[in-house]
Amino acid sequence: MATAATAKGPAASGGAPSARRRSVMGTRRWVAGLFLLPALVLLGALVVYPIGYTTWRSLFDKAGSGFVGLHNYASVFSDDSTLTALRNTAVWVVVAPVLATALGLVFAVLTERVSWGTAFKLVVFMPMAISMLAAGIIFRLVYEQDPARGAANAVVVGVHDTFAESSAYPGARPRPNGSLAASGGGSYTTRDAAGEGTAVGLPLIGVPAAKLPAGTADARQATAGPGVTGTVWLDFKPGGGGEPGVIDAGEKALEGVKVEAVRDGRVVASATSGTDGTFSLPASAAGAQLRLPASNFAEPYNGVDWLGPTLVTPAIIGAYLWMWAGFAMVLIAAGLAGVPRELMEAARIDGANEWQVFRRITVPLLAPVLVVVVVTLMINVMKIFDLVYIVAPDTSKDEANVLALQLYLSSFGAGNDQGVGSAIGVILLLLVVPVMVFNIRRLRREARR
Amino acid sequence: MRTSSRRTRGTRRTVIAVVATAALALTAAGCGGGDDDKGTPDGGGSSSGGSGSVSLPDLKGQKLEVAAVWTGPEQKNFQKVLDEFTQRTGAEVGFVPTGDNVSTFLGTKIEGGQPPDVAFLPQVGVLRQFAQKGWLKPLSSDVQAQLDKNFSTGWKDLGAYEGKQYGVYAKAANKSLVWYNTAAFENAGISEPPGTWEDFLQTAETLFESGTPPVSVGGADGWTLTDWFENVYLSQAGPEKYDQLAAHKIKWTDPSVKDALTTLAQLFGKKDLIAGGQSGALKTDFPKSVTQTFTGNPPKAAMVYEGDFVGAFIGDNTKAKVGEDAKVFPFPAVGSGKAPVVSGGDVGVALKDTKGAQALLTFLASTDAAKVWASSGGFVSPNKSLDLSAYPNEVSRSIAEGLVAAGDDFRFDMSDQAPAAFGGTAGKGEWKDLQDFLRNPSDVAGAQAKLEADAAKAYAG
Repeated sequence: MATAATAKGPAASGGAPSARRRSVMGTRRWVAGLFLLPALVLLGALVVYPIGYTTWRSLFDKAGSGFVGLHNYASVFSDDSTLTALRNTAVWVVVAPVLATALGLVFAVLTERVSWGTAFKLVVFMPMAISMLAAGIIFRLVYEQDPARGAANAVVVGVHDTFAESSAYPGARPRPNGSLAASGGGSYTTRDAAGEGTAVGLPLIGVPAAKLPAGTADARQATAGPGVTGTVWLDFKPGGGGEPGVIDAGEKALEGVKVEAVRDGRVVASATSGTDGTFSLPASAAGAQLRLPASNFAEPYNGVDWLGPTLVTPAIIGAYLWMWAGFAMVLIAAGLAGVPRELMEAARIDGANEWQVFRRITVPLLAPVLVVVVVTLMINVMKIFDLVYIVAPDTSKDEANVLALQLYLSSFGAGNDQGVGSAIGVILLLLVVPVMVFNIRRLRREARR
Repeated sequence: MRTSSRRTRGTRRTVIAVVATAALALTAAGCGGGDDDKGTPDGGGSSSGGSGSVSLPDLKGQKLEVAAVWTGPEQKNFQKVLDEFTQRTGAEVGFVPTGDNVSTFLGTKIEGGQPPDVAFLPQVGVLRQFAQKGWLKPLSSDVQAQLDKNFSTGWKDLGAYEGKQYGVYAKAANKSLVWYNTAAFENAGISEPPGTWEDFLQTAETLFESGTPPVSVGGADGWTLTDWFENVYLSQAGPEKYDQLAAHKIKWTDPSVKDALTTLAQLFGKKDLIAGGQSGALKTDFPKSVTQTFTGNPPKAAMVYEGDFVGAFIGDNTKAKVGEDAKVFPFPAVGSGKAPVVSGGDVGVALKDTKGAQALLTFLASTDAAKVWASSGGFVSPNKSLDLSAYPNEVSRSIAEGLVAAGDDFRFDMSDQAPAAFGGTAGKGEWKDLQDFLRNPSDVAGAQAKLEADAAKAYAG
């Protein structure tokens, strides 16, 4: 499994120097063997045996008794949720380490120049001290949809509402088959043209009477006057019994609703309802249809659906960055300390600007460190489990699925099929191997230098 | 499952995760054998102790472990039953909460060689799956005697697999109930609760006019959606079709499923009729769907559909009083069908073949245990010998009466009969497919296709 594979790295690289030491010091073979024994036993029991057994188990069925050959692997690659998991793991492996390293690089380079850099580094590094599980719970809250509870949406909604006005009566609408009909885009238009000298009734429903501002007046029949007049009111009597379309005693006025007179698709006049719900339009509006524009009823902006099916993986990667950018930053900052200053100064004297220094001097000199960080994070990301398990809600868990999570779900979840689970484990191991080989080679090269 | 005990989801997940990781490590290292079977009794006298309608052996000094999904008040009420058992037999009984995913929890425990003595399984499908694997121990003749005396054939059959009796349905649920906020109904001028689906939709429309969002749907928990579907399907397509679909003898692409989903879309498809609209419903979990219906003025919803356990939940988490502020009506009849009675329940099974386990199950099958359990409320027993006066209030009495009166006409929750991969896993199978349906109710055919694909896979394996 993944953990077993990562544990293999240091062990294998640790084996090489000890072999060399024997030849140099001339220690007898059996003495060396004796000293190696505890480590070998542990490695054998905790790494080699599980890998072997997992591979063996992956060739058997659910019950573990029937040999099925490579059938488990076939079913892994034909199962939708496993394929999603595979795709997501690919996205994770490519995006998360690169972004974390890039962020770490930016942090490291910038903090090097400010006096309070250490304090900044401390703050950025701090999330590393939190377990994945706790971070998951924190981000579950951060990404909560309700802006009153979720920090991310509180920011988004706050910014949005600074620029966009909220509507007076969100969710209100006329009764179906009443005098008003939906006219597209959330607006409602009267079926008949408004005549001069008759009061028009514009009944709406769907507003809780208890939510109207205190002291809202009862609706009043508009006086037929010059021009077009009418009333906008809440056509529902608490307790029931009101007649639809008629202003009954006790029915409340809706203040501040915009009414437009529309003729041939053009707005010829507009008015806003007063405290008693009445409005009056000039005589020029006679013969036009009255429209209540959608701005009266727009639902309040509810923020971004962070944990919905489309955004859930990017959102969880965001949580991961919060944790691991600090790790990248600390390693890169350490590497940066070893970069000779003279080169940068020389470049500056030669007239290079800061971007050129960063791009042509700092990054190339840091390349070995950057590779270490990216590779370490890649291995780390390959086995990502807890964050996804905790942050993704049930409704979008399938879309957020990753291989390590699918391994757990297949083996111990509903299917309880440890054959398939083992197959996924082997696949995960095979995916980690190239990265490990690359890492070991690089370490060897460096040791030789 | 399907009970009010899904509140502390985060923490329980933690427990599962920890246990699972530990088990993973154990199996991976190949040393998964358990070596401390402290719970195994060695003999012990078999003198009958205690009073009442059931005789129990003396189990002094023995330790038993019971695992079930219940937490909070439900666990407390069950603890009273366990205390009574301890008093009668002298056995020490420890309670282990399993968390949301019972089959996963127990699966890892059993694989690790340390199962609890007795466990409560929330799904028939899990009982069959466990029995097939040989994880369950058949019930003793003492338990059988109690079952024969107190339970109808329908309930006994649900606890059996291939002719052998494995389980005791000690706790049942009536899942064909709609709970409503009386103040919201009064405000809207509705005096008569609806009896048919058309009336139900009309009531919802009237409630919307009054300004109260009509129906609260706990779509974040997939199981509430499967229950919605089952009630509509049982009433519309009838019990025979229901049994066939439950056994996957007809496909989910069947026209009857299309009709049921189309009917459901009449509600789910109307943004105005659901509290928070579809997207809001998908973010509402079961606890919130109940609390938002019974708090505030105006409340965020007027009606919420779910089983009898909503009653206990209301009493526990809101200021509303069941019977006054919160009342209940049976799920409306759809089309020309009868009003449905969908039930659920937790079945007690023995995971270890010990005397203590059998004695506890004997006790749980008895009327004495049902009486203790019922007296604290929030509990319905399918035990037909139990006197209805044991229930503490009118509402729970009427719910229990409905369940027992249905005789063998009730149908067990369909998703609970399905393999867990289809009907009992968060974020998978039917739960997930119906959540997708709630997100996009116009795509009935797409939902059917997905349901059928998932069902075919789960029933095959």
